Amino acid sequence: MSDPDTKTATRVLPCAGAKASVGQMFLEFPVVGISSFGGVVPYLRASLVTKQHWIDDKELVGMLSISQSLPGLNATNMAILEGDKLCGALGSLTAIVGVCLPDALIMAAVAVFYRHHGDRALVSAGLKGVAAAAVGLLLHQSVFRTLIVLGILAILFQHPRRRENVNL
Amino acid sequence: MMNQIQVLARVFAYLSRLTAGGGVAALPEMRILTVEVHKWLTFPQLIHLYSVGQPAPGPNMMMMVAIAGWVGGFVAAVVTLIAFFGPTTLFTFLVARLGKKLENWPWRTSIQQGLAPVSIGLLLAGCFTMGKGAISGLATSAIAVGVLLILLQYRINPALLVVGVAAVDLLSFATK
Repeated sequence: MSDPDTKTATRVLPCAGAKASVGQMFLEFPVVGISSFGGVVPYLRASLVTKQHWIDDKELVGMLSISQSLPGLNATNMAILEGDKLCGALGSLTAIVGVCLPDALIMAAVAVFYRHHGDRALVSAGLKGVAAAAVGLLLHQSVFRTLIVLGILAILFQHPRRRENVNL
Repeated sequence: MMNQIQVLARVFAYLSRLTAGGGVAALPEMRILTVEVHKWLTFPQLIHLYSVGQPAPGPNMMMMVAIAGWVGGFVAAVVTLIAFFGPTTLFTFLVARLGKKLENWPWRTSIQQGLAPVSIGLLLAGCFTMGKGAISGLATSAIAVGVLLILLQYRINPALLVVGVAAVDLLSFATK
């Protein structure tokens, strides 16, 4: 099956029957990796569902719930699943390297900077607040996740038999 | 050096298996292994690096690059990344391949529902570890609670909040 949608110039290694090529993925996933401040998953959606139309929302939700029940980080698990869907094993490899690489480089730069300047009063003053704010972020995630779990349990408890009829 | 790289790889391969509840879930164990057992860095350094990774793009656990880089340089960082991401990547890939119909697999929902409360516990444990290192008085408690309340009330990118806090911090330091 050939894809009529070939407006993008990068058609390196096109994947059989898929909407994307490895070349396109290698350009798209690092963009997600580098722009995903405060969590990768919403940015993956913005990029892959909204912008590229490589997958739809229903597939994304399915991938997210699979990612959450497997060990490994949600974001990278999702990149693996999306990569596999788009382009098989090579797609998975491209996606995970793409998501991680920019970030690894940034953290390497942070490490070098922190090693040389980490004990300066100015840097520790800034980081003290950042660390406290990070605790706030984690508390928020915990509250949020508790509410979601309570909600799911409440729904299951109320309608144990009707689960098959519920359409997402 | 070769020996240290092997230890790094082993530690982070192990930590990667604890991340079913998200990266924070591995934080308590990471503190024990990297700070207490192997003494690669101090607890405040770990807290600093982890919290920098929080607003930084991508997975927070990327701060392992910093730890590995300090211990053994470039090669150690690459080996550690592969050790951390390799096994779970392969596992996720194989599971996805084996279960093409995974979404309709009845066990998946059960596993997920069982894991959800566990992941909250892991998250809180990570949060507690972070708090022990980061909360040291009235000002830091106020920042943490403030960030929590703002996030509960408004839809705002958390990274902006963290950058804002850092800016206020630096300003108040500069004007002191």
